[in-house]
Amino acid sequence: MAHTHSIPSVDEQFEFTAESKRRLTIGIIAGVVLVGIGAFMAAKGIGGHEHAEAAHGAAAHGGAAHEAATEAHHYKWTTRLWANVWVNSIYFTGAAVAGMFFLAYNYLGQAGWSAVFKRVPEALPAFLPVTGVIMLITFFVAGHDLFHWTHEGLYEVGGPEYDPIIAGKKGFLNTPFFLGRMIFYFVSWYGLWRVVRKYSLQEDLEGGTAYYEKSIKYSTAFLVVFAVTSSTSAWDLIMSIDTHWFSTMFGWYTLASWHVTGLAVITLVVVSLKEKGYLKGVNDSHFHDLGKFMFAFSIFWAYVWFAQFMLIYYANLPEETIYYRERFSGYGGIYKAPFFINIFMCFVFPFLVLMTRDAKRTPIILKIACWGILVGHYFDFYTNIMPGTVGEHGGFGPIEFGMILIFACAFIWSVSAQLTKANLIPKNHPMLEESLHHDI
Amino acid sequence: MSVQHNDSAKFLVGVYDDDEVVLKAVTEVKSAGVRIHEVYSPFPIHGLDVALGHPRTRIGIAAFLFGLSGLLTMIALTYYTMGYDWPMIIGGKDHYAYPAYIPVMFELTVLFTALGMVGTFLVSNGLGPTVKPLMFDLRSTDNKFVMAIDLSKNKQSEAEIATVLRASGAAEVNVKQF
Repeated sequence: MAHTHSIPSVDEQFEFTAESKRRLTIGIIAGVVLVGIGAFMAAKGIGGHEHAEAAHGAAAHGGAAHEAATEAHHYKWTTRLWANVWVNSIYFTGAAVAGMFFLAYNYLGQAGWSAVFKRVPEALPAFLPVTGVIMLITFFVAGHDLFHWTHEGLYEVGGPEYDPIIAGKKGFLNTPFFLGRMIFYFVSWYGLWRVVRKYSLQEDLEGGTAYYEKSIKYSTAFLVVFAVTSSTSAWDLIMSIDTHWFSTMFGWYTLASWHVTGLAVITLVVVSLKEKGYLKGVNDSHFHDLGKFMFAFSIFWAYVWFAQFMLIYYANLPEETIYYRERFSGYGGIYKAPFFINIFMCFVFPFLVLMTRDAKRTPIILKIACWGILVGHYFDFYTNIMPGTVGEHGGFGPIEFGMILIFACAFIWSVSAQLTKANLIPKNHPMLEESLHHDI
Repeated sequence: MSVQHNDSAKFLVGVYDDDEVVLKAVTEVKSAGVRIHEVYSPFPIHGLDVALGHPRTRIGIAAFLFGLSGLLTMIALTYYTMGYDWPMIIGGKDHYAYPAYIPVMFELTVLFTALGMVGTFLVSNGLGPTVKPLMFDLRSTDNKFVMAIDLSKNKQSEAEIATVLRASGAAEVNVKQF
C-alpha cells in the first residue's frame, strides 16, 4: 500500500431550495398566527376557566400553598407566552449544543465512523446565538415572571416577603452573576464551535492533518468547558425556576436530555438527507450506530431520571417531594399527562422500538424513533419549566403549538443554511476513508 | 453452531496466510460446490459471516428472553414477599411500593441475562468439561486462517477438494482425522 494515501473526494452540494424556504416561511407565519390566537384567548381569559377552581384546590391543600398563592397573585397572561419561549429556547439550545458535543467527543475519541456525516452535527450549533439572544431578551423582559428568585423582597431581612432559603442562595442566584454565566455559556459554546468549524472548512480546501490535530485540541477544550457548563446551565436556566428545590442529579439529567435530543436531530437529518439522495457514503452501518446511540442514551436518560426520582421518592422529604407532587397531582393534575408522556416517549418507546438490529437499520423505524424521542424530550422540558412558571394556568393550546412551530422552522432554516455552506461530505478528513468503509 | 463429535470424522484443512485471501477463498470454494464446515481466524474478519452464509444469530432473542425472565422473577418475588405474604409498611409507603423495587428488578434482569448468555455461549460453542473440542490447527489462534471441510458432507473426492483449496490460495492443505 502506498505511503501517501489519497483520501477519496466525494462532491455533494446540499441545495436549500426555494420551495423549502417557502414552506418554512409558511410554517413560521402559521406559528405566529397560532401564538397570536393563543395570546388573544389567554388575554381574554378564554379556556382558563376550568383551571381556576383547581388552583384554589391546590393552594388550599398546603404544600405549595405559599408559592401558589403568591404566583396566583402576580400572574399575568404574558407569563405563559414567555414560559413557552423559554421551554423552546432551552430545547433548541440543547439540540444545537449537542451537535458540538457530538463533534467534540468524536474528535477526541478520534472516531472514524462518523466522519462521513460530520457536517450534520457541525451544522447544528449555528442556532446558538439565536436562542442565546432570545433567552437574554426573555430574561430582561419577563425574568420577574419566570424566575421567582429575581424578586428583591425575598432578600430583605425582616421584610414581608423575606425568604431565608432563597436569601441563602444569593451568592449564586443574583442577576449580574446569572447574566454573566448565561453570556459565558453561549459565547464559549458558540466560540469554540466557530473555531472547529473554521478548521473543518479549511481542511476541505488545504488538506493535511494539521487542522484535524487542532480540532482535537479545541474539542477537548470544549468538553472541559461543557463538563462544567452543562451542569451549571441546567441549574441556572431550568432548576432555578423552582428556587427552593434542588437536585444534585439535575445537571446530568439535563445533559442526558439535551444529548439524546441532539442525537435524534442528527439521525433524523442524516436519514432525511440520505432519502433525498444526499450523503451517498452513508450506509446502514452508520444508521445502525446512530440507532445504538439513541437507544443507549435514551436508557441513560431514563437511568438519570429514575435516579433523581427514586432518591426523592424514597427519602420522602417534603421540601424535595413537592417537586414531583406539583407535577404528579398539583395544579388540578394538568401536568400528570405530560409527566407520563415524557417517561413513555423518552424511555419505553425508543427502548422497545430500537431494540432489534433490523430496526436500527431501517430508515423508517429510525425516523419514527427520532420523532418519538424529539416529542418526548419536548415534554421533558415542558414538565420541568411549566409548573414553576405558569402553574395552574398552563396547558396545551395554540400558544404551545405555535411556539414549537416557530422555533422548529427557524432551527431547520438555520441547519439547512449551514449545510449549504460546505461540501456535504468533508474533503481531506483523515478518517473519511474509514468512515466510507464502515461495516459492523 | 454446536459441533457434533464424530469419531470417524475426516476433515480437509486449508491453511491461509492472509485474512483477505481467506475471505475471497470462501466464495471461490463455495462456488466450486464444496461445503465449508467452518473458518477459524485469530481475529474477526468483516464480511466473513456473510460470505459463509451463516444464518443471522438469534443470540439477541435469547438475551431478551433471559432478561425478561429475570424481570418477571423479581416482580414476582417482590410482590410475593412485600405485597402478599408479609406486607410491611416501610417509610410510610404502600406495601408494594414498586418504584423502590425497580433497582432490584433491573439487577435481576441483568444477572439473568449475563448468566444466561454464559450458558448460551458454552452450549452453542460446544464447550464443557466432558466435550472434546475440534482443533483443526493450533495456529488459527496465532497467525493463520484455517478453513475446515468435512469430507463426509461433500461428494467430491479428497484430491479434488485439495485442488480447489490450493487454487483458492491455501498455503497448506492438511488432513485431520478425529
